[in-house]
Amino acid sequence: MTQTDRSAPPATPGSQPPALSLRETLRAAEIDTRLLGMLVALAVIWIAFHVMSGGTFLTPRNMWTLTVQFASVAIMATGMVLVIVSRNIDLSVGSMLAVVGMAMALVQAEILPDYLGFDHPATWIIALVAGILLGAALGAFQGAIVAYVGVPAFIVTLGGLLVWRGVAWWMASGRTIAPMDSNFQLLGGGSRGTIGGTWSWVVGVVLCVGIVALLVNSRRQRKRFGFRLRPMWAEVTLGVIGCVAALGSIGFLNRYYLPEGLARQYAEDNQIPWPEGGLNVSAGLAVPVLIALGIAMLMTFLTTRRRYGRYVYAIGGNPEAAELAGINSKRTIIKTFALMGGLVGLAAAVQIARLNAAVSGLGQLTELYVIAAAVIGGTSLAGGIGSIPGAVLGALLMQSLQSGMVLMNVDAPMQNIVVGIVLVIAVTLDTVYRRRSR
Amino acid sequence: MADETSTVRPPLVELRDMHVAFGGVKAVDGVTVDLFPGEVVALVGGNGAGKTTLIKSLSGAHPADAGQILIEGQPVTIHTPRDAKSLGVETIYQTLALADNVDAPSNVFLGRELTTRWGNLDSSAMEDATRKLMARLNPKFENFIVPVQSLSGGQRQSVAIARAVHFNARVLIMDEPTAALGPAETEQVRELIRQLQREGLGIFLISHDIHDVFDLADRISVMLQGKLVGTVNKDDVTVDEVLAMIILGKRPGEVTIEDIAELH
Repeated sequence: MTQTDRSAPPATPGSQPPALSLRETLRAAEIDTRLLGMLVALAVIWIAFHVMSGGTFLTPRNMWTLTVQFASVAIMATGMVLVIVSRNIDLSVGSMLAVVGMAMALVQAEILPDYLGFDHPATWIIALVAGILLGAALGAFQGAIVAYVGVPAFIVTLGGLLVWRGVAWWMASGRTIAPMDSNFQLLGGGSRGTIGGTWSWVVGVVLCVGIVALLVNSRRQRKRFGFRLRPMWAEVTLGVIGCVAALGSIGFLNRYYLPEGLARQYAEDNQIPWPEGGLNVSAGLAVPVLIALGIAMLMTFLTTRRRYGRYVYAIGGNPEAAELAGINSKRTIIKTFALMGGLVGLAAAVQIARLNAAVSGLGQLTELYVIAAAVIGGTSLAGGIGSIPGAVLGALLMQSLQSGMVLMNVDAPMQNIVVGIVLVIAVTLDTVYRRRSR
Repeated sequence: MADETSTVRPPLVELRDMHVAFGGVKAVDGVTVDLFPGEVVALVGGNGAGKTTLIKSLSGAHPADAGQILIEGQPVTIHTPRDAKSLGVETIYQTLALADNVDAPSNVFLGRELTTRWGNLDSSAMEDATRKLMARLNPKFENFIVPVQSLSGGQRQSVAIARAVHFNARVLIMDEPTAALGPAETEQVRELIRQLQREGLGIFLISHDIHDVFDLADRISVMLQGKLVGTVNKDDVTVDEVLAMIILGKRPGEVTIEDIAELH
């Protein structure tokens, strides 16, 4: 942030706002220019891939698949932001994903059927909750070693990376556990794990209402204390952009239709006669995408509006100051690792549901993608800086690169090379940006 | 001033026979000091004399090994910064102890955030309170929503002071409050100390600057190698006598002409 005064004394009611430059306009609208930069970068990448792939990238089908694929990394990246902001790191998320995934698979495929029978309606929820709790427990355990014993998080979680991978193999002697409970499979967003076109529109409208409510509430708060208000045009523009983006994305994704087999099934279920040219049934948002969306909002709320989030940032900014301010840093660190673990549990559920199986090799190298998503999203490894929306965008950017390259038949080694280069460029740009805006 | 009040009521703060050791080193060795409301007591001494360590036992940053802390005559236990704050003891550290990556209101309320009915952070209320506070402490302060790392030294100092005085402190500990400031900012902090003193706060002032000490303090407690050399009323001593206490560890009556010559 620059030193320029962003918080002038309260404006007198009814006074005309002076003309603003572009920079001031963005500032007046309180828009994060960094995030805006990422959106631009994302748009450039999308358009470039679209052109280079001969118009196959920006299609509802491809984008729909992309959202499903990015969900699990996005879920974990939101937790990784807090871990990194608190000056720690978690290298164990990939291996932990395997352990938790294996545990959830065993619970629903081998343990619960003995008591409840197959496909009992409670099976999926028991397995899911068990997985999230196990993830949180593993995370809390590692966090406790970091916070109370003082072993660097890098070492503790590097150990975790090796240990949990081994444990995941040992849990089923390397067997593949399958199939998953039929309700549980919906978490993966497979053929049936979508909410359909109508409900997707409902989600879009809810998002829209939410955006407007946030704007109105923030304006009311500022009015209450007589702070300078955003110009009305900025409020309206923000609201309109937000709503158009939300509804536009839903409208676009809703143009991905169910494949013919499923559409026929749908027609049969709803007693619609099968029309001549086939039936276009919108698949709608996939369940994992909804989960990622919900988690992103929840985590944003946690970091910006709750004490816990404030403390994580304070610890990252100056651990000594946080301690002297009476913050219980140790407990905050453990909570952060536990939260990370719980999110790993959720991501593991999405992955095994999608695969319809659990294998001990699940989540290999995932830790690197999760960390990369957070870092591309502007999280500083020095701690104290990072944002949830940034990390989600980071995850989307990485998934876009990968799926774009797959579309263009780039071979796997080359994909890694590109992702690696993009990571370094993104962080370089970020470093330069921060230095200049200091 | 201390003498008249002490017969009427107990001191605001009394540190009795304090001991703090780091390994075999006695950083604070049997020190007793006290502080009355509306009084500034300067703690002076060379590097490593134990001033900061003594004061950390009162602020809760590093509890003492032995000794007694009394606040308004009541024995209290202070193990953490939170304990000290709940007793009305606020500290401004030499390093300021600010979280550089968050804004001024967040720093002022760090650890004591204002929340709404549902326990959410009430950022607007915190910003409002900080604005009102700054209008009193430093009217030129305007950067309320930028990370404090982009503020000047004096502005950062204002944030640290605002944090200390907002929560109705009775006792203020200031560790080298003017060490990192320019002349104008130093004068501003001095004026603020006088103002807080008039408001009835007791202030422990740690300073290397003998001018600060003579300008602001009512009494001066001198430490040397972890021990208290003595406490004197400012009006009864000269700068040379205080320097003799700091450097030679000799109380005013014990200083010889040779000692004074050696100092110059």
